[in-house]
Amino acid sequence: MFAYLVRRILYAIPILIGVNLITFMLFFVVNSPDDMARAQLGKKYVTPAMITQWKISHGYNLPLYYNAEQAGIAKITDTLLVKKSLSQFTFNFGNSDQGRNINTDISQRMWPSLAIAVPSLVLGLFVNIVFALLVVFFRYTFFELSAVFMCVVLMSISGLFYIIAGQYLFAKILQLVPISGYVPGLDAWRFLLLPVAVAVISSIGAGTRWYRTIFMEEISKEYVRTARAKGLSNLAVLFRHVLKNGMLPILTGVVVVIPSLFMGSLLLESFFGVPGLGNYMIDAIRSQDFAIVRTMVFLGTVFYVIGLILTDITYTLVDPRVRLE
Amino acid sequence: MLPFKPVIFISDWLIFIFLAIAAIVFFHSLKKAHWRQAWKKIVYQPVAIFSGIILVIYFAIAICDSIHFLPKLPQSNGTQANYAAASESLLDVIFKPLSSENETTYSKPWATHSLTLTWYHDAKGHFHGYYPPLEFKGVKNLPLKLLIVGVLSLFIILIFYLGLSWFCKKRWHLSWRTTQQLFWQGKTLFPYRTFFFTMAAWIVIISFIAGFCFHYHIFGTDKVGNDVFYESIKSIRTGLLIGSLTMLFMLPFAIGLGIIAGYFGGKTDDVIQYIYTTISSIPGILLIAASVLSIQVFINNHPGFFSSISQQADLRLIALCLILGLTGWVGLCRILRAETLKLREMDYVAAAKTLGSSWSRIMVSHIIPNVMHIIIVTVVLDFSGLVLAEAVLTYVGVGVDPSTISWGNMIDAARMELAREPVVWWPLTAAFCFMFTFVLALNLFGDALRNALDPRSEI
Repeated sequence: MFAYLVRRILYAIPILIGVNLITFMLFFVVNSPDDMARAQLGKKYVTPAMITQWKISHGYNLPLYYNAEQAGIAKITDTLLVKKSLSQFTFNFGNSDQGRNINTDISQRMWPSLAIAVPSLVLGLFVNIVFALLVVFFRYTFFELSAVFMCVVLMSISGLFYIIAGQYLFAKILQLVPISGYVPGLDAWRFLLLPVAVAVISSIGAGTRWYRTIFMEEISKEYVRTARAKGLSNLAVLFRHVLKNGMLPILTGVVVVIPSLFMGSLLLESFFGVPGLGNYMIDAIRSQDFAIVRTMVFLGTVFYVIGLILTDITYTLVDPRVRLE
Repeated sequence: MLPFKPVIFISDWLIFIFLAIAAIVFFHSLKKAHWRQAWKKIVYQPVAIFSGIILVIYFAIAICDSIHFLPKLPQSNGTQANYAAASESLLDVIFKPLSSENETTYSKPWATHSLTLTWYHDAKGHFHGYYPPLEFKGVKNLPLKLLIVGVLSLFIILIFYLGLSWFCKKRWHLSWRTTQQLFWQGKTLFPYRTFFFTMAAWIVIISFIAGFCFHYHIFGTDKVGNDVFYESIKSIRTGLLIGSLTMLFMLPFAIGLGIIAGYFGGKTDDVIQYIYTTISSIPGILLIAASVLSIQVFINNHPGFFSSISQQADLRLIALCLILGLTGWVGLCRILRAETLKLREMDYVAAAKTLGSSWSRIMVSHIIPNVMHIIIVTVVLDFSGLVLAEAVLTYVGVGVDPSTISWGNMIDAARMELAREPVVWWPLTAAFCFMFTFVLALNLFGDALRNALDPRSEI
């Protein structure tokens, strides 16, 4: 088990290096730092001197991969590739192009993101499993057919509409909750109610349909027939046997996203004005702050890779048949 | 001398290439008995007929909107013919008055007067407020016209019904009475009843649109007075373009790499697996955002590459599809690799190998035909995801150009419109209806395809 874990973590390193190189290509090779400076300084009245000044003050005045002016190892290390891109492996992300420290920003903005993402995940999981079990309980009836059709209908609605309709209905017309905004601390619940509800509702279509498939597959297995033949009720089989075994594939899907919860949701946070990491990303995209975008891509990948490793571990924990070699 | 000069945008070429490939695959499959059987299984499902008709209408509109030309300007005798600078599409010609007759600002659907109060001084210096009548649209006798259009559409439906019944009667060699019974009970193999009701619904919708869209703004007008119905119709091409171009860029990677990785295994497999694991490790929207941002700065810094604004917007759209394609091939590639791993152990592949077939021949004639059903189902279901993604990406600021008419841009504008008083709800509603219908049809059609082609995997 331990050896397997070490190997998995070692395997993650080439992936992260690959991602790092992709972002390096996108932000330094496709566009030179000069382009970046011009985008930041605005289009008109930019002199070459201003560009050089901007590059020096933000540390972009280095060659891409090879610095001939330096001696020894510094020929390689004193370059943009090492200083700006590979340095992300130390998790010290430096300053954004606007001059703020990215690490401080992230550590502050992580919490509002989690405040929305964690309840949405837990509630969404609960609601979807309950609905899926209901559909499976009434299988081969008209109810199932219409429920599956409703799922397709819900899936076909853009996430944007759920947010806009929710804001309009509950915040503007009924005035039950504030339209947007956020306060730190426990008072935040008033602001979180609507985004969490919207996140849960918009996940019902795809979630219920997917879990239904899992449970339907489980219910066609031999042990279900045995349990029914022993005289267990339909409900008992469903909750005691099918639910337990169906949780295995569901867990795979859930554990992998847990670390990514830190990243927050782009759409929800920006519509509801929550100062989380999703909002941070949108602001960075709109102001073309490449330092932040690079950092977020790297962090997002790290969280995803951690999620994959966690999935493997939970698999061995919950399913004794699986052994990691 | 033609009264117009055709122009073809790069995106037009690509959309036609995509449709041509789809058509070739379809007609080629008709030559094989088992595929004919499969297509029969598809069209015997009422859901497939219902959603298929919607898709045909959407694709027809998008194709009309992809045929561009420069209209000829009126000329005096003997001079050289001049063509307009801005290109028009066939759709623009069909809906001519809608594209050119703009009001000044918002107006409600079916309105005769503007939404905003205008103030003026009268002779005595008093202020008066009034709602100015619309410049172009809004006619009298609405109830009478509604009645006429309603009766007319019912008449068309009746003719269509009689024609369909006659066709069924001839085909089945049955009496009139039995034909009717079979038809209304819906016990026919081909779902004629669903076909009839779907067509009837569309006949009503289309005749109402045709009857009124030139006299009213049936979905109102937007902030700068553009007809919302016309914009929604134009958006169909954008949505369809994003889906089909992305597929065009994605499929070669997904099919090629997936099959090669599965077939050869070993080092080749390792390299391809490394590439797709790396790409799939980056959260999708972040990778797309980063790529689009990078391309956007590139385009902004090299304005000399593009001769016109619309060409720049066109290329930006293609770049977006290229990025969506390059980031989106992983899912299908993974499935195809797994499937090829199974297929290469099959006896017929071993037989082909012993008989001396080259690997390229085995792939083309033994492996690809056997994974075709997976590819077709994935294309249709991913298509719906891409149409939805366009709206989200446009909102985030990495989607289509703000000057391109798209559902994403309409929804983006709706945020402000819902906050104003009185609420402007119609652009959002229109975008919602058009987009929802399209995505729903794609999802339903994809499910029907999967039921027929790949019954084992069911979601």
